[in-house]
Amino acid sequence: MTTQTMLSMLGQGMLVSLQIFFWTLVGSLPLGMLVAFGRLSRFKPLTWLVRAYISIMRGTPLMLQLFVVYFGPYYLLGLETGSNYRFTATLIAFILNYAAYFAEIYRSGIESIPHGQREAANVLGYSRSQTFIKIILPQVIKRVTPAITNEVITLVKDTSLAFAIGVTEMFTQAKAIAASQHSMEAFVLAAAFYYVFNAIVAFAMERIEKRMAYYHE
Amino acid sequence: MSENAPAGTPQPTSAASAGRAATGTDVPVLQIAGAVKSFGGTEVLHGIDLTVNRGEVVGIIGPSGSGKSTILRCATLLERLDRGSLCYDGDYLATAGQDGTSSYRDAKTLRAARSKFGLVFQNFNLFPHYTVWKNITDAPLHVQGRDRDEVERVAQDLIRKMGLDGRERAVPCELSGGQQQRVSIARALALNPHILFFDEPTSALDPELTGEILKVIRDLAAEHMTMVIVTHEMAFARDVADRIAFMDGGVIVEEGDARQVVDNPRRERTKTFLGKFTDGA
Repeated sequence: MTTQTMLSMLGQGMLVSLQIFFWTLVGSLPLGMLVAFGRLSRFKPLTWLVRAYISIMRGTPLMLQLFVVYFGPYYLLGLETGSNYRFTATLIAFILNYAAYFAEIYRSGIESIPHGQREAANVLGYSRSQTFIKIILPQVIKRVTPAITNEVITLVKDTSLAFAIGVTEMFTQAKAIAASQHSMEAFVLAAAFYYVFNAIVAFAMERIEKRMAYYHE
Repeated sequence: MSENAPAGTPQPTSAASAGRAATGTDVPVLQIAGAVKSFGGTEVLHGIDLTVNRGEVVGIIGPSGSGKSTILRCATLLERLDRGSLCYDGDYLATAGQDGTSSYRDAKTLRAARSKFGLVFQNFNLFPHYTVWKNITDAPLHVQGRDRDEVERVAQDLIRKMGLDGRERAVPCELSGGQQQRVSIARALALNPHILFFDEPTSALDPELTGEILKVIRDLAAEHMTMVIVTHEMAFARDVADRIAFMDGGVIVEEGDARQVVDNPRRERTKTFLGKFTDGA
């Protein structure tokens, strides 16, 4: 196998990894906010349900969650899912898992905003939604960005777990090449890929943090 | 409401009605009657009556935990009364039922009523991510939905009046405490409130910065802005207020002409409290 072929195979895998990464963020960043609202709700049954969900998502391995989502429909419900389901299952598991982590980050961010901010907005006549969107949320985003960055960097590396259910992402390709070629070369290239990917993520997040550094409390 | 105060309405003191606000027949800007408030089973207000007439400046003094801030928080709808009534310009926001229990108007009415009053907090509570300009103009534009040109004119005037020229683009963390408090006063005034409440406006400031805030409040008083000021600055309260209410243990112990209450308090508790200030001076 030429390096050319190897790179092209890894490149295809990389596209899949990027898609997992992208769609997981698109799904879990907003979903995490909804989960955080549920967690902060005054309606107790909802709070307990959300707490249980977060607890399970954080207390069990993501790889196991992948298996449950992938095999569950067949073993539990007897549904035929087809091979296209691999990618969908990966996104479902990743989004559900990451939303739980993001929810806890958002929750602590929301709770850390001084109560006086809500009171000032209330007296000035801002509605509840205006208060959240204009006053609270921008301050929450600034406060949680460093923690979100950590999770996003973890996500880049976690995309390789999709290997477990046979999604042909980067790591799956690397392992297949390494096995057929009896060579470490593919692994080295894969490592370089994850490393560069994360360097870009870290750089981008730092830019975002700097843009919000014009004020402090 | 008619000109005849209904039974149970607190009587304005003779000092107040004879004061500079010669508007005896006007409906009071604020009327609180029989205010009772508990937090977790502890009653902190035991039946407060407070009437503020147009153009009047009322000082509320008293030791920590006397309920001074709570009465302001109830008046500004940050807390709800358990019993008693709350009325602005003759419009009841909360009425007391047969047994005294307060019932509030619907949320929409209450939200609309918020434009009648402003509150200046001890800790300013400016929005840290907004510039001075946006702190002042955002609510008039997006809560009251006023015309942009008009709001900008008002904001310009307030900026000048509060001595904040050139700081429009600054964010609160770039300002001194005194400047921040002046922004928060401007923010409250931009909504054209009928009455402005101050909750210990100088307590979070370094001593050398309190003067500038007291001067701003004095200027507002000279313009006949209706104000209720909770403060520990006795000399200031004596000077600027028409009337002073001394609170202790959740009741108004003594209320009357500002100079009379500070210089010649009638009640023992008032004397003891004020003695702590004058002894050191």
